[in-house]
Amino acid sequence: MSPATSGQFGPPKPTPASLGWVAILFFVFAQVYSVLTSPADAMMGHLQKMMYVHVPAAWVTFAAFAVVLMASVLYLWKDDERADLLAASSAEVGSLFCGLTLVLGMLWGRPTWGVWWSWDARLTSTLVLFLIFVGYLALRSFVEDPQRRGQWSAAVGILGAINVPIVWMSVRWWRTLHQIQSNPRGLSPEYLRGLLLNVAAFTLLVIWFIWRRYEAARYERAAEHAAQAAALGGNNG
Amino acid sequence: MAVRDDIRRIRAIVWKDITTELRSKAGFNSVAALGVTILVLFGLALGPDGPALKDAAAGALWLAVLFAGVLAFNRSYQVELDGGALEALLLYPGARWAIFAGKLIANLIFVTLMLVIVVPVGIVLFSVSVPSTWPSILGVMMLGVVGIVALGTFYSAMSSRSRAREVLLPLLLYPMLIPVLLASMSATKALLFGDVMQETGAWVQMLAAFDVIFLVATFVAFEYVIEV
Repeated sequence: MSPATSGQFGPPKPTPASLGWVAILFFVFAQVYSVLTSPADAMMGHLQKMMYVHVPAAWVTFAAFAVVLMASVLYLWKDDERADLLAASSAEVGSLFCGLTLVLGMLWGRPTWGVWWSWDARLTSTLVLFLIFVGYLALRSFVEDPQRRGQWSAAVGILGAINVPIVWMSVRWWRTLHQIQSNPRGLSPEYLRGLLLNVAAFTLLVIWFIWRRYEAARYERAAEHAAQAAALGGNNG
Repeated sequence: MAVRDDIRRIRAIVWKDITTELRSKAGFNSVAALGVTILVLFGLALGPDGPALKDAAAGALWLAVLFAGVLAFNRSYQVELDGGALEALLLYPGARWAIFAGKLIANLIFVTLMLVIVVPVGIVLFSVSVPSTWPSILGVMMLGVVGIVALGTFYSAMSSRSRAREVLLPLLLYPMLIPVLLASMSATKALLFGDVMQETGAWVQMLAAFDVIFLVATFVAFEYVIEV
């Protein structure tokens, strides 16, 4: 552990503005394209269009939380504060999309299944994932000391990530004793094209979000370091 | 050599925590009273009719243990922080995991003693007929308590040293405990109703597996959360 070495970095490179424009325009294109080209589903009708927002949101949620896990491991291993800031940024964006996934899923589930919520393994473990990362973000906001915050949240992030497959397993077992789970249905190519396009668009959006958030986090930390250095009379090394 | 020293350290920490508790008894009395109160509240919420109460007894009992246990976990570190004792504890030579093990065992004893009071109250209030398989239920309870206490002791090491600890510990702990609680509740409930679906064995295996996973994970991760 070498607390003094971490955090000795200047302001970050700003996120390219073009990335944001490309992400937004691509997202609009992907949504319009997929909604216009996909035929109405035999069973769900135009409700099927929910797939183009719900499924990509779920995928990028898991991608963002995978980044949190990797960045947390990297932080504990290398003690590089930038990894901690990346984990925090991904956790914020991931929680946002996790919440979005849950809400969109409920909006989709109500007309198709007839219920807002079903206690199946996938829904329940996504909800638990959301709650774990709400706790993660709360922990970060309640701890001032940067090193303490970094190590604690890394530990919470890693344990939380370990817990999700365990929750999935236990809920599945709990469910299967009561009733059989619904199976995801196969997907025909005219739906798949739109879906993959939207997954790419969501991924680009999330990269942009995380990048911007990371940039802001870097500025915040640089400002904290500067304030700390000023308080200590010039040199905090 | 070193292992023997660590065992001595663990014993010292357990003994210190128990002695502190024995001298005041305030912590234990209030936590046990809270456990009983929660059971009463569950009874009132679930209505006065017998079958519904009996059906919910296992769940209510585990939630009472959880809610009351959270107070015990935060207290376990709070008593250290008040006198600056945690710094002194960390200054002593030896492995960090010994501190965790000591705290964990002390909390285990604490929560088990709480069960001694809360369980009979639950049996009476929820009109549970104790089946002949009660030793298995005791075993399930011990496994469940180990899981709850391992994660509780770990998370309270952080939450007790942060602002807003009363909020933070439940917020971090409850979602993490879902698998342990689900397995404990299901196994207890199955045993109470005579294990008609032959599911207890699978739940107990899962519970034991969760205990091992969470014990290992918290022992490894404790080094990172106690040093800073």
